[in-house]
Amino acid sequence: MMFVWAFLVGGLMCALAQLVMDYLKLTPAQTLVLFVVLGAVGGGLGVYSKLVAASGAGATVPLPGFGYVLVEGIDKAVREKGVWGLFTGGFTAAAGGVKAALLFGLAAAVAFRPKA
Amino acid sequence: MGVGIRGQDPRIQRYHAYANRIRPRPAVIRNAWWAFVVGGMISLLGQGITWGFQQVGLTENAAATPTSIVLVGLGALFTGLGWYDRIVKHGGMGGTLPITGFANAMVAPAMEFRAEGLIMGVGAKLFTLAGPVLVYGMATAFVMGAIRYALGIG
Repeated sequence: MMFVWAFLVGGLMCALAQLVMDYLKLTPAQTLVLFVVLGAVGGGLGVYSKLVAASGAGATVPLPGFGYVLVEGIDKAVREKGVWGLFTGGFTAAAGGVKAALLFGLAAAVAFRPKA
Repeated sequence: MGVGIRGQDPRIQRYHAYANRIRPRPAVIRNAWWAFVVGGMISLLGQGITWGFQQVGLTENAAATPTSIVLVGLGALFTGLGWYDRIVKHGGMGGTLPITGFANAMVAPAMEFRAEGLIMGVGAKLFTLAGPVLVYGMATAFVMGAIRYALGIG
């Protein structure tokens, strides 16, 4: 059942992003920034965690899930270290994905040549 | 052709029915549909990878980061091989919004500017799109976290 929800929610989020981009005539970069901000706001309002509970990767794989993870990480760090967690929590939570993107990105960019 | 009101003549009705059938669907609908299909498939793949990590004993929470890492690796590899371009061409935001697209957005400009060297070519261009996403994601998360802290929730 989780697989069905993952497909539907992940797909709908991408379709929504596409519609917003087409109607508001945004660039892909503007759309991505808008959606990571929306994810962080949704995380802060406590609604995004419900979406994650219901659809798993459907909510965590699209970029708003990244914004949500940042807020979750800050919450966790604040519980552990108090107010300084506001500064450390975001990067801590995002560390795995960002570091992987850095390393794999660097490796791919050095190893491959663009196709004409 | 003494028909005053358009559509009363059956030939005109048939013509409009025919024209409606073959008129290209607005690109907006088609784009959204393909974004849905492609984005859904990538999310489904992510759920499958999470399921796989759960089978080897990770909790769903603990499986989230390894799942992201695998997807990012696939996104970077497919970009390097020149395959991810095709996914984005058909899927639009369905290819760009998932975390695989985030990897693509890092690798593609870095590859393209490889000729400008490893520092200002690859090193800087990796953050062409990741930079703005991190800056505004982190800033928003900071504000939301601060509000939650001030209100004593979270």
